[in-house]
Parts: sequence; structure tokens; C-alpha cells
Amino acid sequence: MFGFHRKASHAQAAPESENIVEIRGLWYSRGSKRIFEDVDIDIRRGDVTAIMGPSGTGKTTLLRLITGQLVPDRGTIVVDGKDISRLSRRQLYELRKDMGMLFQNGALLTDLNVFENVAFPLREHTDLPERLIRHIVLIKLHAVGLRGAWSLMPAELSGGMARRVALARAMAMDPSMLIYDEPFGGLDPISMGVIVRLVRRMNDALGISSIVVSHDVDEISAVADRSYLISDGHVAGYGTPTELEQNRNDVVRQFMTGMADGPVPFHYPGPDYSEQLLTRAGR
Amino acid sequence: MQQTRAVEIGTGLFVFLGFAALLFLSTQTTNLEAYIGKNAYTVTAHFNNVGGLKPRSPVSMSGVTIGRIEKIEFDPEQLNAMVTMNINSKYNQIPEDSDASILTAGLLGGQYIGLVPGGSDRYLENGDEIQLTQSAVVLENLISKYLFSQGSQGSDDSDESEEPRESNASREPEELQEPDEMQESREAQEPQGSEEPK
Amino acid sequence: MKDLLSDAWFTAREFLQTFGASQLFLLRLLMLTPRALLRPGLIVQQVYATGAMSLVIIMVSGLFVGMVLGLQGVDTLSRFGSEEAVGTFAGLSLIKELGPVVTALLFAGRAGTALASEIGLMRATDQLSGMEMMAVDPIKRIVVPRFIGGVISMPLLASVFTAVGLFGAYCVAVIVMGVDKGEFWSQMQPNVDLVRDVLNGTLKSFVFGVAASMLAVFEGYNAIPTAEGVGRATTRTVVITSIVVLVLDFMITAFTL
Repeated sequence: MFGFHRKASHAQAAPESENIVEIRGLWYSRGSKRIFEDVDIDIRRGDVTAIMGPSGTGKTTLLRLITGQLVPDRGTIVVDGKDISRLSRRQLYELRKDMGMLFQNGALLTDLNVFENVAFPLREHTDLPERLIRHIVLIKLHAVGLRGAWSLMPAELSGGMARRVALARAMAMDPSMLIYDEPFGGLDPISMGVIVRLVRRMNDALGISSIVVSHDVDEISAVADRSYLISDGHVAGYGTPTELEQNRNDVVRQFMTGMADGPVPFHYPGPDYSEQLLTRAGR
Repeated sequence: MQQTRAVEIGTGLFVFLGFAALLFLSTQTTNLEAYIGKNAYTVTAHFNNVGGLKPRSPVSMSGVTIGRIEKIEFDPEQLNAMVTMNINSKYNQIPEDSDASILTAGLLGGQYIGLVPGGSDRYLENGDEIQLTQSAVVLENLISKYLFSQGSQGSDDSDESEEPRESNASREPEELQEPDEMQESREAQEPQGSEEPK
Repeated sequence: MKDLLSDAWFTAREFLQTFGASQLFLLRLLMLTPRALLRPGLIVQQVYATGAMSLVIIMVSGLFVGMVLGLQGVDTLSRFGSEEAVGTFAGLSLIKELGPVVTALLFAGRAGTALASEIGLMRATDQLSGMEMMAVDPIKRIVVPRFIGGVISMPLLASVFTAVGLFGAYCVAVIVMGVDKGEFWSQMQPNVDLVRDVLNGTLKSFVFGVAASMLAVFEGYNAIPTAEGVGRATTRTVVITSIVVLVLDFMITAFTL
């Protein structure tokens, strides 16, 4: 059923490139720490693409690179046919109007209520009459099931609700790409189920492309068409959820099954255990 | 919307209060009329020595401030100081033979110009010059003169060199109040001090 | 010894870097100011938050500073037998120095900290990044209106402080200490100059307004996005603003006297 929708949107996008994001030979380091070494990633138009990896592998950094908040050391990032690092500030902002991003904690503006938060991008970028803005905001809020909560302040919302409001806000400008940064983290199972379903539904109903950064394997398997697994600065695995599960790569297997020790070590690098115990003052 | 209105009212009140305070400061604590130059006329006067007189010092008559010093400059032709003053046009009946002297307000106060009316039927007008002037009294000169006169018991030569008198003053400087008073008070304290140098 | 030198060098470089960064930041704010003025609604909100909300502390402080000036003025001047000059004394002190300076210090404590922590928290909770992702420049939308609000508020607050302070001095000197009511004002009026004193004081508070608002938003905007970082930014705002205001005060006074 969903497949049909996706194909339809695919057909529309046929004249354009098949990939909405193409990353080639990406190198990036923060300080002396190397975060990405020669990474290639393709995000297909109309798909939900997951980016997984252990904590601290730079998944959020990758999102910031894709959205142009950070500049790569080497390599190109092409979004919708445009090389991000070559864009002027204005062009970048123009491109960002076509992207919606959901931050880990929602990043709602704390001094505005739910309604004004969703209306914020509309008020900033359009001169729409108040009545139309009201309509759009209520439609978006209805889509995430929070039409009744329009007058609440962000501080009064639960974590899951805040994320849903943020999702409504990310969709306010009808973007062609939605980016989710850890949308499932720290949620109770019900809220998580709601978000999982919303991610899928938004993607298919609106014919947009989605990038989901997460390390929740089960949720990702339920929602993603394709996944990238990043570990230690490289792409460790790539494919549909079933393909990843059958992947023989050690890192991928450790991650997918949640083993404590493996290629990703349990212990932070340090001196020899017995040696450190015997040294005075533990130094 | 209710909140927005409260913000707007609060801001309006604050800005109003701020400007009211500023208005209060600029009108009540300063003398503003000195800056309202429209209804004033300009008069000049030459002095041999202006002493500590400064622009914006008051010009007074019988103790009432009637104007302000506009500027003080050196006149290269007459080789003395030319003082330009603005006088409120309310006081437009000052006889043209009035006398201007530079006086000191109190022992440590600032200096000002005091006008003493003359007897002429013609009044000072814009651009006129006051002919009769009395220079500032320089305290050092006064003291040295006093000490000198005490030593030489009123010999005549001390007079000519030290007395701050205008060359173009045609009248005797009767209005030399300050130095006179000062001298008198000192004489009162020290009766052995000899006669007044004239 | 070598360590000490390299430490000093490091500190000096750090200081220079922060100084340069703050100047560039100020330049950016000033360049964005004309366009921000087109959205007066945002600025009104900030004038309310920084100005109107600081009014109470400013008025109470002003009243007491003025009252102390009245007491001290009468006490000191009576030794010279010229209590009437207390009007001049209080007027000039408040208009030229205490009004602008104390207001700026109070502003740093009340409004500056609020600005720094607000913007710092917005950074810590990704609100600024979120805005950037919505193609809204947070400097334009968040920082500049707060900066302008502070710049507008400061001279008005200083005027209120001075006026209330004069009232306090008047109350103590005239009503309590028995200085003649007319003398109080008449001694002040010829000695306070509109341009050299009142305008100069207002200019001072305007400059302080630019400095204090800029430093507050600068510290907030560049805060390390953690609870500790925001706290540090808030403290730095007060410390740096106080020092900068006092240094600027000396420089302006020396320059305009």
C-alpha cells in the first residue's frame, strides 16, 4: 500500500537525480579527532533512510554537514543537485526552507506557545494573511494529533508531544526533505510508536524524503527503507533492514544484536588493568 | 493577545517615563534659556584682562542674570580681549553708556560680567559695543599691590603699574566693588594697614 | 618561569581573540540594525523585557543613591558653610557620573544576565540551531532585537535614575536637613549645562547601553551549550560589563572634559 505511494512520487521525481543527497569522499575532523574518513552516502529520493551507529560516531555531525551548518574538510555533499559547500549564505537559507529538521529535544522556542511555534517559519518567510496561517497551522497540528494543544507552552508538553509539535513545525513550510535527529530517544513505548508511525506516514503521504538518525535498531527496522551503519569514521554496512541483519560484518552484527563487546570495545582504551591496580594512587 | 497588550502598555509607560525624566533634567536642572538664542541680542565689550571669565558665564545687572557670554577672543587690532555676550531681548532698555565690569561671585565663585546702568537716553542695540569696561581683578596683582603699598606707604608708582584700569574708560572706576571690599575688610582686620591705594 | 611566560602569552592571546571577536560581533549587530528596525514589534518586546522590567530596581537604587548624596553633600558642604550648593553637588554628580554608571552596572546585573542566560539557554536547547534550520538567522531574529532594546532602554533608565536620585537628594537636603528649597534649585541651574552635562551624561549612558547590551548578547550567543557554560556566561557578563563600563566612563570623561 505504501509502496504504491512511493512509486508514484518516484515517478514524479524521475527527471531529477535519483538521489536527493549524495555524499562523496567526505572527510571531517573536529580538533585532532577524526570523525569521518572517506565516507560515501546516497540518500534516495522518496525513501526513509536511516543512519545508525554507536553513540559518538558523529551521526548528528553528519546531519549538520548535510544541512550546511558545518563545512567538510574534504569531499562534496550534493543536496538536491546543489553542492552545499559552494552555496552562499542566502542560497543555503533558500535551500533550508526546503528541508525540515527535527532536533533531539524538539528545540521549540520556549517563549512561544505551540501555535506560534508552528506558525513561526510561516511568519518569518511568508506574508500570508492571518487566517491562512491559522489554517495551515491547525492542519499541521492535526496531522500530529495535537490540534487541541495549540495554546500550551513548550514547558507544559511531554517529551513525545514536544517532538510532535516540532514535527508539525518542520512540516509547516511543506519541505521536500525531513531530517530527524534521534527522534526515538528517551520516549515511552507509546510515544515512540506514535513517532515511528508519523515518520512513515509523513514520508509516504507527502511524497518527501526522510533521513532518520538513530540507534534504536528495532524502530529503525520498522520504519526505514534503507540503512547506513557508520562506525569509527567509515560506513560499516548498508542495505535494507533484512540485508543488514544478514550482514556478516562483525561491527554490523555487534550493533544489530546489541553485544556488549566486539569490534566496538566495551572498555575505553587505557593502560593494562592489573598494572593500573598495582600502581599507587591509581595513576 | 492579552499578554501582548500588557507588554505594549508597559513599554509605552516606560518610554514615556524615561523621556519625562530626560525632559525634567534638561529643563529643571539647567538653565535652558541660555540656549534659546532667538530672542536675544548681541553686545560686545573690550577688556584688558578677562581673568577667569569663560564662555557661558552669566551677564547680570543688579544681581539679575540678563544674558550669557557667547565667546571670548583676542582682538589683534586693539591687542586686548573682546567679549561677545547675548542679552535677553526682554531687557532692551539698557542705556548705551552702561558700564561693564568683570566680577567674582563670592570668594571662590566663578567670574561674571556685571552691568551698571548709565544715564543715556539711547539704549544698547544688537551689535553695539559697551565702551566703559572694568577688567577682571587678578588676585595676585591685588595681593602684591597690597603688600607693596604696605611697604612703601602709598607711594605713587605702585598705582600706575598695577591698577587694572581700562584705557578707554572715561569714568572713575567707582564700581570696583570687589577689590574695594576686600581691601576694606583687610584693613579692618589690620588697622595698621595704610590708606587705600587710589 | 618559562611556563609562566607561555601562560601569560596564552592569556593575552585569548584576551585579544575575545576582544576582536566581540568587536566583529558588534560590527555585525550594527550592520543588521537598520533592517531589524523594520520589525518594531520584536524591539518593543525587548524594550519591555530589558527596560520596563528594570524600572523598579533602577528607581529604588536611584532614590537611595540620591538620598545618600543629599546627606553626604550637606555634611561635607556645611564644613565650608555652603550647604546650599548641595543642589549643584547632587545634580552634577548624578547627571554626569552616578546616573549613567550606576544604571549601567545595575543594567548588567538585571538585564544583562537575563539576556545572556536567555540566549545561552536557547543555544543549549538547540533553539538557535533549530532557527538556523528553518532558514531564520538567529542573530537577526533573536540577538539584534535584544541588542537594540538594550541600547534604547539604557539612556531612558539612566534618566529615570538621575531624576529619581535628584528627588531623593531634594527630600533629604530640603525636607530633612533644612536647606532652602529655592537655593537647592537655583544653585543647580546656573551650574548645570545642558550640553556639557546633561547631554554628555546621556551620551555616556548611550555608549554604556551599546557596550552592556553587546557584551550580554555576545556572551550568551557564544556560551558553551551546557548548564555550566550558561552559568559562566552569565557571570562573565556581569564582570566584563562592569569593568568595561568603568573603563569607558574614564575614557569618555577624560575625552570630553
